[in-house]
Amino acid sequence: MELYKLTAHQLLEKLETKETSSEEIVSAVDKRIKEVDSKVKAYVRVDKTNERTQEREGRGTGLLKGIPVSIKDNICTDGYNTECCSKILQGFKPPYDATVIRKLKETGASILPLKTNMDEFAFGSSTENSFFGPTHNPWNLECVPGGSSGGSAAAVAADEAILALGSDTGGSIRQPASFCGVVGLKPTYGRVSRYGLIAFASSLDQIGPIAKDVKDSALLMNVISGYDPMDSTSVDTEVPDYTQSLGMDIKGLRLAIPREYFIEGLDPEVKGILEEAINKLKTLGAEYKEVTLPHTEYAVPVYYIIATAEASSNLARFDGVQYGLRVDKTGSLIDMYKNTREEGFGEEAKRRIILGTFALSHGYYDAYYLRALKVRTLIKQDFDSVFKEFDCIVTPTSPTPAFRIGEKIADPLKMYLSDIYTISANLAGIPAMSIPCGFTKKGLPAGLQILAKPFNEEMLFRVSYAFEQSTQWHKMKPKI
Amino acid sequence: MAITKETVEYVAHLARMELKPKELEKLSRQLQDILDFIDKLKKINIENIAPTSHILPINNVLREDNLKESLPCEKALMNAPSREGNFFAVPKVIE
Repeated sequence: MELYKLTAHQLLEKLETKETSSEEIVSAVDKRIKEVDSKVKAYVRVDKTNERTQEREGRGTGLLKGIPVSIKDNICTDGYNTECCSKILQGFKPPYDATVIRKLKETGASILPLKTNMDEFAFGSSTENSFFGPTHNPWNLECVPGGSSGGSAAAVAADEAILALGSDTGGSIRQPASFCGVVGLKPTYGRVSRYGLIAFASSLDQIGPIAKDVKDSALLMNVISGYDPMDSTSVDTEVPDYTQSLGMDIKGLRLAIPREYFIEGLDPEVKGILEEAINKLKTLGAEYKEVTLPHTEYAVPVYYIIATAEASSNLARFDGVQYGLRVDKTGSLIDMYKNTREEGFGEEAKRRIILGTFALSHGYYDAYYLRALKVRTLIKQDFDSVFKEFDCIVTPTSPTPAFRIGEKIADPLKMYLSDIYTISANLAGIPAMSIPCGFTKKGLPAGLQILAKPFNEEMLFRVSYAFEQSTQWHKMKPKI
Repeated sequence: MAITKETVEYVAHLARMELKPKELEKLSRQLQDILDFIDKLKKINIENIAPTSHILPINNVLREDNLKESLPCEKALMNAPSREGNFFAVPKVIE
């Protein structure tokens, strides 16, 4: 079997027995990228495939020694372009590594100098909003891979990456993982350092793993989790060894099925796949009961106030002064700001900055922003009360399978609604995972989402591994 | 509520963003749709509900004020679109 088809844990075994070497693995992945990326377009700056650097060789000694990890274009890599797939950050080379990158290097992982494609500044659910153009879904090249971490998810699904990092503000890891048939995890807010993640919405953003199976996801979480003094919102609690949760049975676990996630708007085929998946969990010994999360329908509007408000503030730094693009036509400072931002930002970025600025502006703050923060409290309380009686919640990850490129791009509201099942976890700060749980008749993957209490990623690993090991979905490979 | 083009123009100025007339037109329309959708939040009674700005029970994270190495000047300036000496250069501010 080709090396690039293997998981990180399979490759680590081969490295252990000296059946292969780090160099061979990196070359195999490079070869695969050259074979298929012209179709998938999971990566940006693919010309860097041939660069041999220290980062590539993986000098550290540790858990992921010799394993290549692909990085989303919004996570800072010292000396390597990190542009959030935006024109406004063209040419930006961070002068430091994000904490997750430092940790990966220390553990011996090989960091690719090319980065994965994304919606500009992570604004989107399809990866169509990238300055570099869309990524294509490996299961059907005419479909989107989801977003915003569509490049990372497509790379893992197409075997162009062994492991990848994404970021998730409203579903940007889980929804593309679902669309591409891979495993995506958004950790608890505060579990993984955000230092060096170019901020979209600071109270919602989390970095997380995208992997071929649950065990690989646990391995990557073991490396990137933990307190970081450089991120004042990272939490100083012990990080368990997540691989210890793999293989524990799920007999007697109490699963909650929220009724609001199975109503109008859910694709009937996806619904059928989900019902089968839930039955599978039942045959494995879990108990389930229908519950209600009454404020679910407000999650999308709350999110599009809070996330855009925070984004409008975070993106104020892109003004042509310290980095990236500068457009100075008139010699006036204000004009320089305005022209730089007009030329540098894409359509969705402009839309969100305007919406967020509006929600924070004098006269509208109370009616929009403050109200959204209060409804956020209600959404969080919904989860708190369910978790008093249940171990985890299971839902579809997305209401539909991957949609076609161009299908929703003209209607922002329609696009926003494709995050309807993933947004709540960010608002409540809880961990959530998407794992492959079946395919539609047309051969597109569907995802099962599992949500747990804050800092209980172990529960996600326990349930997802039990499900995965009793199914074959994670072994399916697209024909590209 | 109804969004006028003037409101969008004003907000764009606050956000220091130039918008072409076509963009302004399109954005005003789309913002109207989005705000109409968001207006469903008005249905909820939020009396006596505290706002959640972030979900962690932490406040005022402080550290010891120790001397540490910081980003060297050259590295901090390496991405500058324009510089003079050890400074970022910008168009003239004071007439």
